[in-house]
Amino acid sequence: MASKKKAAKKAAPRARRPSAPVRRAPKRAARTVVLVATRKGAWLFHGDAARKRWRADGPHFLGHVLSHLVLDPRDGRTLLAAAKTGHLGPTVFRSTDLGRTWKEASRPPAFPRVPAVASAEGQAGEKGRVVDHTFWLTPGHASEPGTWYAGTSPHGLFRSEDGGVTWDPVAGLNDDPAYRRWMGGPQDGTPDGPKLHSVIVDPRDAAHLYLGMSSGGVHESLDRGASWAPLVQGMEVVEGFDPATIAFHDPHCVRLCPSNPDRLWQQNHCGIYRLDRPERTWVRVGRSMPKQVGDIGFPMVVHPRDQDTAWVFPMDGSTVWPRTAVGGKPAAFVTRNGGKTWKRLAAGLPAEQAWWTVKRQAMAADRGAPVGLYVGTTQGELWASRDEGARWTCLARHLPEIYAVETAELG
Amino acid sequence: MQVLIPTPLRSYTGARLVEAPGTTLGEVLAELDRRFPGIRFRMIDEQEAMRPHIRFFVDGEQTFDLSRPVRPGEALQIVQALSGG
Repeated sequence: MASKKKAAKKAAPRARRPSAPVRRAPKRAARTVVLVATRKGAWLFHGDAARKRWRADGPHFLGHVLSHLVLDPRDGRTLLAAAKTGHLGPTVFRSTDLGRTWKEASRPPAFPRVPAVASAEGQAGEKGRVVDHTFWLTPGHASEPGTWYAGTSPHGLFRSEDGGVTWDPVAGLNDDPAYRRWMGGPQDGTPDGPKLHSVIVDPRDAAHLYLGMSSGGVHESLDRGASWAPLVQGMEVVEGFDPATIAFHDPHCVRLCPSNPDRLWQQNHCGIYRLDRPERTWVRVGRSMPKQVGDIGFPMVVHPRDQDTAWVFPMDGSTVWPRTAVGGKPAAFVTRNGGKTWKRLAAGLPAEQAWWTVKRQAMAADRGAPVGLYVGTTQGELWASRDEGARWTCLARHLPEIYAVETAELG
Repeated sequence: MQVLIPTPLRSYTGARLVEAPGTTLGEVLAELDRRFPGIRFRMIDEQEAMRPHIRFFVDGEQTFDLSRPVRPGEALQIVQALSGG
């Protein structure tokens, strides 16, 4: 395990210059589409302009395990889907017509092959890594059309520069000796493996990246992924473990604030946090959540225009970690003051005996005014709110277990 | 040689039975991938290991060896393993 001394060896990136919050007038989308990835396929829910009526398009890839389905906001038509099946290896599918037709990546994310015969240069005994599944997809910077990032399980970062057709490992992370110690192996992480997730591209700077590893911390690169440094100060770890050990940090979901790219929000295994750059110390703002609910959960969503507003969907992280809605009463919580206070939002959601939860990729916001929120549950229900969580309605029931929910706007 | 394709891979071949020449199992799989791009990686990982739930039978005999010779007249069956459910 990494020591504090080893962690400190990674040079801290220079601090970014703070910038004024970006506020833009809401531009109402003609149509919102909600992209739902599940354990047994994908669905697209097309909304009308009022977000009242929804049309289900699916299943796509029935029977495939879909970890993430993302529309490229740079062209408004390219969809990437991270897929595998129970028997077959992982791949990425690509559509340029909103899912009417799909083509498979010609070179999906895969680790480099390790020679069967150990070389004299130090690979003796090393076993080559194998991508079990691509877990996370992030479109690249607006100035780099065609660039995408993928996070995998076990931990690996990959980049495509041709719209997802071919993928290459990001060696600056995957092969860094320190990161190799912090990354999990097949025996680590969540029940279905350690995840590299929350790949974030700074909208002001294509070279400035963040990512999260469960477990393995939050990390930052200022050179397009050539080098990385941990960004875990202030984050807590499970009682009894040493927070100086990077591998013990478990960010569940990290979000960059669209209206202020210097603000990061994080739902962690151990609380809800906020970080205002150039600061390097996360502040646990979840301490102000109701004590009987706590501040454990998987997803987090940030308001597209208000840096102080964010939503979480807590789960039961007590005792044996049931990972269900707390008390069987699901609810979102919102802060509108940067985490000082939180308000419960449960109107319309089941009042009791609902034991589902929401995974880290399964909560999303649209850009409407008021903001629409979308939540996919582990029991296959898709819930939506057209009023920032004040009232929830169920858009779909009886889907497979939902792994990811994303939104996109179609002109 | 004649290759029996399991249902999870028929989206690539569009057929239950296909022909692919080769003198070893590895060559046959390479030829399959040439004709049906992407199919090999779904069966063989980046370290050249067979994926856990895919099995290969040459002339009725299970093999885990990509260098296993194949002879004219033999058939390759690719099977999705019964993995407990």
